[in-house]
Amino acid sequence: MKSIGPLAIEGIAFWSSRLPGWDIARSVIRGEQPAPAAPSSRPAPALLAPTERRRAPDTVAVALEVASRACESAGLAPAALPSVFASTHGDLAISDHMCATLASAPTLISPIKFHNSVHNAAAGYWSIGTGSTAPYTAISAFHYTFAAGLLETAIQVISGEQPVLYVAFDIEAKGALATVAPSRGLLGVALALSLSPKNLSRRMTLRVQDGAAATAATSPAAALVADNALAPCLPLFECLAKDQAAGIDLALSDNKILSVTLD
Amino acid sequence: MPGLETAALPDRLSQWDCRNNRLAWRGLVSDGFIDAVKAARSRYGADRIAVVVGTSTSSIGASEEAYTRLDPDGRYPADLRRPIIHTPHSIGNFVQHALGLEGTSVTVATACSSSAKVFAQAERMIRCGLADAAVVGGVDTLCGSVLFGFNSLELVSPDRCQPFDVARRGINLGEAAGFALLEREAFAGSWLLGYGESNDAHHMSSPHPEGRGARLALQAALKLAAIQPGEIDYINLHGTASHKNDEVEALVVAETFPESTFASSTKGWTGHTLGAAGIVEAAISLLALEHGVLPGTLNLDTPDPACGPQIQRENAQRDARRALSFSFGFGGSNCVLAFGRSDLGAAR
Repeated sequence: MKSIGPLAIEGIAFWSSRLPGWDIARSVIRGEQPAPAAPSSRPAPALLAPTERRRAPDTVAVALEVASRACESAGLAPAALPSVFASTHGDLAISDHMCATLASAPTLISPIKFHNSVHNAAAGYWSIGTGSTAPYTAISAFHYTFAAGLLETAIQVISGEQPVLYVAFDIEAKGALATVAPSRGLLGVALALSLSPKNLSRRMTLRVQDGAAATAATSPAAALVADNALAPCLPLFECLAKDQAAGIDLALSDNKILSVTLD
Repeated sequence: MPGLETAALPDRLSQWDCRNNRLAWRGLVSDGFIDAVKAARSRYGADRIAVVVGTSTSSIGASEEAYTRLDPDGRYPADLRRPIIHTPHSIGNFVQHALGLEGTSVTVATACSSSAKVFAQAERMIRCGLADAAVVGGVDTLCGSVLFGFNSLELVSPDRCQPFDVARRGINLGEAAGFALLEREAFAGSWLLGYGESNDAHHMSSPHPEGRGARLALQAALKLAAIQPGEIDYINLHGTASHKNDEVEALVVAETFPESTFASSTKGWTGHTLGAAGIVEAAISLLALEHGVLPGTLNLDTPDPACGPQIQRENAQRDARRALSFSFGFGGSNCVLAFGRSDLGAAR
């Protein structure tokens, strides 16, 4: 099967309620420090004005945090970057709120809640906050969301011959929706990928192959994000935390895997 | 859309049964589409055909229904305890299984540009060799979120929608499912010549006042298709009949295209089908090229002063070789598609 890459990983970002930031996550994955005892409150992205920061949905807060950090660590200006936003379930808290309001008092649906309920809300706030008119997309692929978004990002880098930002996130489910779309805590990750590596950047090659067995997460971080819907992303970040060549398989469909080789 | 309530999915697909996937199924069984996909499956293999479909709300209507029938413990009623219909990928997962496909399957959800952007994503996948063909499309059905949400934004017309009319009072909501089979080489059929995507970077639910993002998407589509504005014979406009959209879009068209370009909004016939609008209007554009019949703008009586001579009221019979379709959505997401008639050959 055709391979994609090598692509340069220019920037990495990670934020989860128990591992708030890539530096902490990397140390915990490496076994260099224990995880903070208590979960962190949600991030407050500097991109948003102070009033917006308080009002922003959790999806927007965590997505903009990792998007900004990945651009920073890549040294890339956000405004020029096309982006791919991926989320398994989108804003589970707003969906619960909308469904509950519709069941009790439908005319009380708030216009802001409504426009924040679209799957591309985080991408929209990102483009407004950064002034970026470069295309974004917002996708979902259920259990295969992280791999599908990574593949789309890589395809955009190759076909557009320019760096692309990848942002993936899922948040905590609320109310009855949590029984059919379970997800705990906040988890957001971002990668800035390009074709022309800087000296220090790591390189990644992707291959779509037959198979159903994804690599399992094994680090001390695994238990801290396992109940978030985006947990399938963790094996890739375990590899990135350990600065050595490695390969992992992410599930891409019922019978396809996305093999990722890092050198 | 009448009759969906009594039109359950075939037994083998009962796991995905809900109103939105029923409309998707009605689309899939129309116009010989399933047979076309079957033929492609035998040509390329089930795992070489990707599924890239768009939606705004997918099957959230099923979750809304569950919340009206929660059991005493606050859990979903037993008949709706099916996780796949309570997540955005419900539609993409359903289409893949309904068609017996085994490649990648992705749902694009960028509000009203969703099922235009699917063409772009699928083209890139095919160009990079990750698929030989792709089923693209989009499906949206009415649900409480959309109905009460658009009303809360005061964007819904109390009357029939009147795109580009000076007296327009907002959108009519519509429901639709549509699909297309995209292949690198085809024995018959029209061509995707190009596409352009952009964002307004302006506001979550209101377009940029000068149409900044719309212009960028249009320029990108023309550039990728390697064509000039004067070579466009027909434009299917976004034309929702919302006050802002139509004003901005009319300005962009008036400033970009020669007087001879024929442009219209078909939402007077279909309503605004939201995440399905891209595929519906792509299909109308392709039919216009194939039959040489260009649809006018239903319910347009007195054009807004912003309208140039391009925006037409009456249908016309006219030879047309190239068409554009505009789709703009919440979050400032824009997509313009460029199509060419079957005898034109691929632009590249």
